[in-house]
Amino acid sequence: MDIGGIAARLPGRTRPGGPDATPRPAGGSGFWTEAKVERILGAIACIVLALIAGMIIFVFQKAWPSFAHNGLAWFGSGGDVDLQLEDIFNSPANPSEYVYTLHAWPLLWGTFAVTAGAVLIGIVFSLLAAIFIVEFAPPQVNRVLEPVVRLLAAVPSVVYGLIGILVIVPFVGEHLISVGRKESVANVVQLDGASLGVGVLILTVMIVPIMIAIVVDALRAVPHGWREGAAALGANRWRVMWTISVRTARPAIVAAAVLSTARALGEAIMLSMVAGSASFAPNPIDGITFLFEPTRPLASALVENVEGLSVEPFGQTLFAFAAVLLVSSMFLSLAGFIAKQPMRKYGVRP
Amino acid sequence: MNGPTPPRDSVRSWPLRDRLGYLAAWAAGLTLIVVAGSIVTYMAFKGAQYFDLGMLFESPNATLNQSESGGFKDPLIGTTLLLVMSTVIAAPLGVVIAVWLTEYGRPKGLARAVESAVEVVAGTPSIVLAMFGLVFFQQQWLSFLTFSSEGSDVVLGRSFIAAAAMMSLIALPLVVGATREALNAIPGHVREASYALGKTKAATIRRVLLPAARPGIGTGTALGMGRVAGDTAIVVVLLGAVMQINNGADGSVFGLFRGLGSTLTSYVYYNSPAGEGLAPEKAYFAAFVLLLIVIVLNFVVTRIARGREPVWTR
Repeated sequence: MDIGGIAARLPGRTRPGGPDATPRPAGGSGFWTEAKVERILGAIACIVLALIAGMIIFVFQKAWPSFAHNGLAWFGSGGDVDLQLEDIFNSPANPSEYVYTLHAWPLLWGTFAVTAGAVLIGIVFSLLAAIFIVEFAPPQVNRVLEPVVRLLAAVPSVVYGLIGILVIVPFVGEHLISVGRKESVANVVQLDGASLGVGVLILTVMIVPIMIAIVVDALRAVPHGWREGAAALGANRWRVMWTISVRTARPAIVAAAVLSTARALGEAIMLSMVAGSASFAPNPIDGITFLFEPTRPLASALVENVEGLSVEPFGQTLFAFAAVLLVSSMFLSLAGFIAKQPMRKYGVRP
Repeated sequence: MNGPTPPRDSVRSWPLRDRLGYLAAWAAGLTLIVVAGSIVTYMAFKGAQYFDLGMLFESPNATLNQSESGGFKDPLIGTTLLLVMSTVIAAPLGVVIAVWLTEYGRPKGLARAVESAVEVVAGTPSIVLAMFGLVFFQQQWLSFLTFSSEGSDVVLGRSFIAAAAMMSLIALPLVVGATREALNAIPGHVREASYALGKTKAATIRRVLLPAARPGIGTGTALGMGRVAGDTAIVVVLLGAVMQINNGADGSVFGLFRGLGSTLTSYVYYNSPAGEGLAPEKAYFAAFVLLLIVIVLNFVVTRIARGREPVWTR
């Protein structure tokens, strides 16, 4: 029954409150009629929708030439990405002679390696930390931990980047990478501390708070009856947590991983500061050295090259990077939305 | 209470596997505290070491001579200006969208589309937004909104307005999310009571629902401001690589809005070894000030979120 519709047809408005309620001019009447309000609010929402949809279409339209010229080879490897970008930047002014050749594999691999590393470490760590916060931490510790998590989530990425580049990168370069290790790959790439490993480490610190927040909420939402039932059957606190709460919260754990992946994919500034900014694809065959090899994810490549956006083919290439990021993050938001559904089905709101 | 008390569930009686898990959980929690503690202590230490109040009131200069490279008055003004401008755009828009989604939401398909669009923006990397903003504001008919140098009609597409517009897209999903949550938390009988008193739906929204959702709106806005203050990519792209505020020829307020400048984040970025690396010590102090701003915003969020209990829950 549409109560709002009925109320709209009732004449006059009464104001609650006694005689001390000061009469005000009728705010809801006159120009702001019912239908008009709905239409105006809807129109504003639609304008924002149109802007966002326009942005997505625009990015893809700009990116198309780069994909069209390279085909699937765009995603493949071959040649030096930095040189290819330089060629694109210096391509002739005549539109029919634009250079588009690009094999972006090192950038894609760098993005994947950094993101996957950080998310995998992050999910284990944040699950344990969330269990600690929900079940084991004494109240005094929790009083410290909750602001700490919020603080870590709020620290700007450039501050993480600054600490990384001034403290961690020199430390890794001087103390953790031996001279022999530097020489072993000297003819391929220089190791100076700015590396995949440092990027993964700091990125993990950046995404862990988001994951913890989501997982803690989910663990707290598990119905008490279920846990008490398990405890009554003789399971200890860890077992109750692990077999009942964590299992119920599995969808939220997936959602946390997915949403923080989206955050990690878009991290540009911090990674361009600490990950070495070389379009090099770190090679897992190198063993531990793999972690010390520099790399450059897509988002960092965008930040560093954005000055060339006005050069037509170069700008289109950059928009192709942006399109790849946009598609990935769109799929991730969708996946995050889907992942949260099973808990809703049981009436548990993550 | 009578009968024997049950034996206390002591960790020592657990199987080894469970004890390992218990230890790992403790270790994770403590690591978290240690990491956060060392970041804050380190930044506070460095901030105190290079503490110089004068830097808040001096304009930056690009020189290697540290005694002449000035402070970060302009970046501080830039951060404040961007915070205010993007909040002015994002907060009303976000509230309007949230109200429309929760209270009207017709036709359903359109509401789902708006909902997913906001979701998509929330996941979009800020550098992608920045690139779109740059090309968007480079259009000729928008040239009055962006910076142009004297006697040149090249549209750079860079200005405080452009940066604030794109920044507001970062804050928007947070405002929408928090406001929707607050509106959804208001029980249906509150709306029905308002209708029963003869208020229209529009009046109910204005006089009953929005005041009740105020803590949620405040939380969302403050969260959004935190994200805006911390974002670097949009500033680097859309405010130009300059340190001093450049408000064009006329020096008017609108000239400032369409002028170029910097913020604390871009100041830190350019002064770190990743940028020109001119003054890492000053970058430390600027980062410390930035951290303080973010912590204050964070504190505000906590205070608002705690808020007063609404009347109808009593």
